[in-house]
Amino acid sequence: MDVLFHSVRELVERAENEGKLISEIMIEQEMLISGRTREEIFSQMDRNLVVMEEAVERGLRGVQSVTGLTGGDAVLIQKYIASGKSLAGDLLLDAVSKAVATNEVNAAMGTICATPTAGSAGVVPGTLFAVKNKLNPTREQMVRYLFTSGAFGFVVANNASISGAEGGCQAEVGSASAMAAAAIVEMAGGTPQQCAEGFAITLKNMLGLVCDPVAGLVEVPCVKRNAMGASNSLVAADMALAGVTSRIPCDEVIGAMYRIGQAMSPNLKETARGGLAATPTGKAITHAIFDGGDLKSLLKSRAANN
Amino acid sequence: MKFTSVFDIIGPVMIGPSSSHTAGAARIGRVARDLFGRQPKWVKIYLYGSFAETYRGHGTDVALIGGLLDYDTDDERIKTAFQEAQAANLQFEFFPETANKEHPNTARLVMGDDENEMSVEGISIGGGKIEISEVNGFKLRLTGGMPAILVVHDDRAGCIANVANCLAMHNVNIGHMEVSRIERGLTALMVIEVDQNIDKRIIDQISYIPHITKVSKINN
Repeated sequence: MDVLFHSVRELVERAENEGKLISEIMIEQEMLISGRTREEIFSQMDRNLVVMEEAVERGLRGVQSVTGLTGGDAVLIQKYIASGKSLAGDLLLDAVSKAVATNEVNAAMGTICATPTAGSAGVVPGTLFAVKNKLNPTREQMVRYLFTSGAFGFVVANNASISGAEGGCQAEVGSASAMAAAAIVEMAGGTPQQCAEGFAITLKNMLGLVCDPVAGLVEVPCVKRNAMGASNSLVAADMALAGVTSRIPCDEVIGAMYRIGQAMSPNLKETARGGLAATPTGKAITHAIFDGGDLKSLLKSRAANN
Repeated sequence: MKFTSVFDIIGPVMIGPSSSHTAGAARIGRVARDLFGRQPKWVKIYLYGSFAETYRGHGTDVALIGGLLDYDTDDERIKTAFQEAQAANLQFEFFPETANKEHPNTARLVMGDDENEMSVEGISIGGGKIEISEVNGFKLRLTGGMPAILVVHDDRAGCIANVANCLAMHNVNIGHMEVSRIERGLTALMVIEVDQNIDKRIIDQISYIPHITKVSKINN
C-alpha cells in the first residue's frame, strides 16, 4: 500500500516542504488510503472528539470501576485545584485530572475512544481539554489535534508497537504521551520539527515502562500512569516550544522503544505475573477480586497501614 | 503495514477497559460469527497468552460472547453479554490454555449448531485491530478490516479460476487473495479480500461451482 510517510522524518519533511501542518498530511493520507472525502474523515474524527469529551465529563462527575479498585480520583484532583493550593500549576493538574477521568470511565466499562489503546485513552483528551482553556482553539483545531496525535501514533504502530502485551506500557502510555506532546506543540503554533522534538523528548522518558496491571485489570497502575503521561506531554511540549531538541532523533527513539519491548520479560507485558501485580498487595488484591475475598476491607486496612 | 488508517490509532470508540482485550475480542467474536454464517448454538473458547492470564478482568470473556451475538465494540450490551447469551440460546465455555502461541493475545473459538461446526482462531494485535490466523485448521491472514470471502474447496485445477471468474462477472475487484491446503489433492481454502461487501446472490452462485464445498463471508 502506498502511503505518504513511513517515518517521522518523512512526515516532518513532507509537512515542511509543502508548508503544511502535520495534521494536514495525516488527513491527506487518510483520504488517499480510504478513498473518502475530507468532510467524511473530519466528521468521523469529530465524533471521536465528542466521545472523549463525554468521557472526561462523566469521569469528572465521579465513577467507580466494577471491582471498586479505582474511581473518584479525578474529582479529588479537581477539588484540590479549586482550593488554590496546587504546586505544579492549574493547567498541568487539570490535564492530569482529565486523563484520570477518562481512564476511570474506561475501568468502569464506560464508553471511551481508544487513543491509541483503551488503557492509554486518557492522555490525549486529558491534555487537549486542559490546553483548550489556555489556547482557545477552534473546533477544527481540536479535531486537528487528534489527527496530529494519530500521525505520530501511525508511525509508532507500524514501526514498533502500541500494545502493552507486545511492548509493555511504554508502547501504550508512552506512545500516547509522545503523541499528545506533538499535538500540543502544533496547537500552540510550533513547527512540524518541534512537534517531532516534543514527541522524541516524551517517548525517551517513557522508555522501559513495564505493563504490570494488578489482577490483570486496566486500573492499577494504568489510571495514574495516564496522569503522569499527560504531565510528561505538557512538559516536553513546553521544552520543544522553548527550542530544546532531542539529541536522539525521533525515529531512532521509536526503534529503541521497539527493541526494549522485545527484550522485556513476558512477565512484564500485561500478563500480571511481574512488577506491581506480583507485589504482596497486588497478589492480595487479585485474590480478593477473583477468589471471593473482601476487597473493600483489604483496601481499607492497606490505607490505614500506610 | 499492519495499521493503515488514522482511525486504527484514534479509535475505535468502545466499551472499556482494554482495546486489545475487550474491543479486539469483540471483533474476533463478531468475525467468527460472520464466518459461521449465523449465531452458533454453542461455543468453546480457548484462550492463550495474555488472554488466558487476564481475560476475566479485561472483560475479554463478555466481549467475545458479545461479538458472537453480533455486537459492535461500543455496544453497551457487551457488559451483560452472558445474560444476553442465555436469552439468545448460546451456550459457552472458556478454557484458559498454557501453550505458547505466536502472538500473546490469541483466542480459538470452536463453535457449532445442529448443522455445522467450525473453528476460528483470532489474534488481537493492539488498539482494537485483529487478524484471523486460522479457520478449520487452515493457516491464513485476514485482517477483518476489509470485506472478504472464504471458500473451502477440493484441491482441483480450475477451482480458483472459476471463483475469480464469477467475481469478475459481477464486477467485484479482488484486493488480496491467498490459497492454502492441508494436503495436496484434498481440501483447500481460498481467502479473498474484496473492495465491497458481496451480496448473498453471488455467494450462492459461487457455492454452485463444482468442487466448492463451503462459502463464508465477512462484511465490513
